[in-house]
Amino acid sequence: MNAVLVFEQLLNGVQLGVMLFLMAAGLTLVLGIMNLVNLAHGALYMVGAYLTIAAVEWTGSYPAGVALGLAGTLVVGMAVEVVTMRPLYARDHLDQVLATFGLILFFNELVAIVWGRASLYSALPSWLAGHVKLLPGSSYPVYRLAIIAVGLAVAGVLWYVVQRTRLGMLIRAGASNRAMIAALGINIRLLYTVVFGVGAALAGLAGLMAGPIYSVQPGMGELILIQVFVVIVIGGIGSIRGALVGALIVGIVDTLGRAFLKPLLASLISPTAAEAAGPALASILIYLLMAVVLAVKPAGLFTSR
Amino acid sequence: MKRVLWIVTVVALAALPLVVSALNQPYYLELARRVLIFAIAAVSLDLILGYGGMVSFGHAAYLGIGGYAVGILAFYGVSNGWLQLAVAIGGSALVAAAIGAVSIRTSGVYFIMITLAFTQMLYYLGISLEEFGGDDGMRLKTRSDFGFLDLASPVQFYYFALVLLLAAIYFTQRLVHSRFGTVIRAARSNEARTRAIGFSPYPYRLLAFTIAGAMGGLAGALLVNHTAYLTPDFMHWTRSGEIMFMVILGGMGTAAGPLAGAAALLVLEDVLSSWTQHWQLILGPLLVLSVIFFKRGLSGIFSRDA
Amino acid sequence: MLEVRGLTKSFGALRASDGIDFEVREGETHAVIGPNGAGKTTFIGQLAGTLRPDAGRIVFAGEDVTALAAPRRARMGLARSFQITSVYREFTALQNVAIAVQACAGHAFRFWRRAFADASLLAPAQAILEEVGLAGRTHVLAANLSHGEQRQLEVAMALATRPRLLLLDEPMAGMGAEESQRMIAFLASLKQRHAIVLVEHDMDAVFRLADRISVLVYGRVIATDSPQNIRANEEVRRAYLGEEA
Repeated sequence: MNAVLVFEQLLNGVQLGVMLFLMAAGLTLVLGIMNLVNLAHGALYMVGAYLTIAAVEWTGSYPAGVALGLAGTLVVGMAVEVVTMRPLYARDHLDQVLATFGLILFFNELVAIVWGRASLYSALPSWLAGHVKLLPGSSYPVYRLAIIAVGLAVAGVLWYVVQRTRLGMLIRAGASNRAMIAALGINIRLLYTVVFGVGAALAGLAGLMAGPIYSVQPGMGELILIQVFVVIVIGGIGSIRGALVGALIVGIVDTLGRAFLKPLLASLISPTAAEAAGPALASILIYLLMAVVLAVKPAGLFTSR
Repeated sequence: MKRVLWIVTVVALAALPLVVSALNQPYYLELARRVLIFAIAAVSLDLILGYGGMVSFGHAAYLGIGGYAVGILAFYGVSNGWLQLAVAIGGSALVAAAIGAVSIRTSGVYFIMITLAFTQMLYYLGISLEEFGGDDGMRLKTRSDFGFLDLASPVQFYYFALVLLLAAIYFTQRLVHSRFGTVIRAARSNEARTRAIGFSPYPYRLLAFTIAGAMGGLAGALLVNHTAYLTPDFMHWTRSGEIMFMVILGGMGTAAGPLAGAAALLVLEDVLSSWTQHWQLILGPLLVLSVIFFKRGLSGIFSRDA
Repeated sequence: MLEVRGLTKSFGALRASDGIDFEVREGETHAVIGPNGAGKTTFIGQLAGTLRPDAGRIVFAGEDVTALAAPRRARMGLARSFQITSVYREFTALQNVAIAVQACAGHAFRFWRRAFADASLLAPAQAILEEVGLAGRTHVLAANLSHGEQRQLEVAMALATRPRLLLLDEPMAGMGAEESQRMIAFLASLKQRHAIVLVEHDMDAVFRLADRISVLVYGRVIATDSPQNIRANEEVRRAYLGEEA
């Protein structure tokens, strides 16, 4: 365990955090503004990954593939919104949970039919596949740095849109008082579709970026979705700032935990005990963190109201 | 009318093994037993979801704890069924109390997400238990030994499950109509009003949550004996969703709902999976449609809710 | 019975309660009137315990309840009826009141006997419903009661907890003339037995029932006095009564 290793794992944590943020931002907006629990958000992440792999293969070009994959996810997202979400806005959370759960089953199976159940390989263009020397002795993948850069850029754009534009004002107003913006004569339907679409695109972006690093297979969305829930619970519903802070915390804690908890425990207790307890504890670390945050602040760190 | 329906149902269920052996279709006895076991899980979830209004997406956790309690004890040579049952129920109750203590302070969306997260946590714990098969799970070493009862006999196991299910339904119904149950239902109906008359819902909800968890552990202990295989999939969150669907489909907050819902969903899955291996492709949209169009579940068609 | 000192609550930039001093003696009916938006419901909320004041003290029956949550205060004898009807819609009128009776019958950790077959709950509930005037409607679902009957049920539930102080938030809201008269007569019958804080817009009711009246404007009490003096008060007339005429 040395400084370089810690530094690299820290960067990995930021990278995971940034991806969690992309997912969490969309989900928390949809929750805050439309009061909609969308379990199928992970499915959009998965769709983004698969569509992009297919598009890259089809066009032979990475940038074209990414653009097509993103656009495709956006279209799928908006279709889902129109067909399934619209009847659900007026229903209670239980109905929304169950209906979106049905969507998950559907999408997972659809993807398995088209692409099979085995994990897909996602290729990287050569200009992203290299390593870079950040610190002496450290050789860090360019791709992960690119993810961090993209994620932070998106965070910046989101901040700008939410704080400085008319759309952002509507979003912020909607998050704190839904009835009010309806009363002001704003086209709610359009606003909802746009917000949902943006959320879908963000999920798709996270998915396509995840492809080369994590395994692309049916059900991949749900694995990350639950971590996203932890992020939102910690960060607070409806708050993008909360989503960013929560995502970075969760990403860093999870990554550092998995990397260093076992050796840390081994030096504190016995190596054999650490062998068993280390991985187990590392995998539940973020949930314990969530429990602690909840005990102190039941509504999350930041609230939009 | 209700009483007649109940008697007919119980008689039919009791007669089922005889019918099945006469027709020489042992598979359906297996299926029916699976329905009964999941019905117990659904009854326990209905207590907190249907009557209590607590949308817990983490109920599969208790199936897992019950199953693992039995599986781990069996692994170490403890096969006394009663002891295993006690550990399964006690362990689930403890975990439910711990999770509930933290989660019930929240409500709405937070509660859903938190219960989901905690279940996933237990799932990961289950996977990390390498000696018990980790990811793949492991075979149950020996079936639970209940003395007078031989669980290896499908018929005896079936009747055991049936008796436990009827007991669970009876117990839950008494609970729900007692003073305790009334507070739970009142808190669901109108929480502000309940606080204004002097009830703080938290301790009542926590106890209900614990009882539901304990009953879920019972179902889990039965399930692991039924499948003879122990796997973290018991605790997978999609399992929670399935049980929720059973409760909704059958009709929330009714005595017969959980059984009806379990039967409906499991039979539906069985039929669909015999048509195609991609049955989830059909089940998914079916579930979506049923939520959108079918508000009160099967039980709601035949009776008014109490 | 109830003493409030310096109660203050702000929502962002809005001062809903601005240093309110207020008191209610035993057996007294103290009415609170004021224009819409004056902060009356916020005031009641802080008395009942559903809102936390930013500053100030609330002393009920000699005990400082400022930090106590609503259920505790209810068990101490502070009952509340809501401005917007808040009953158990899926239960019958009798069951609604029975649940309230249950609330002051000690803890409810009883798991076996049917609550709604328990005479020790149903008999008092029946009695209260008769008192309130809903005797013939006991087995009707609360959702199916008329608006006026639901308001009566609200008051019945507050009574069922055997309170020492009643907080009534616009009990006659939305009632027609005849129903209002009946409600006023009923509230008059309660006067000596319970201390009452009555928030109302119906001036007829206020002047007939109140021993004292406090006038709340923009979160501040501008006058507290007997009904005749309030009627004659210039400032009050200007701020509020003038519009009522």
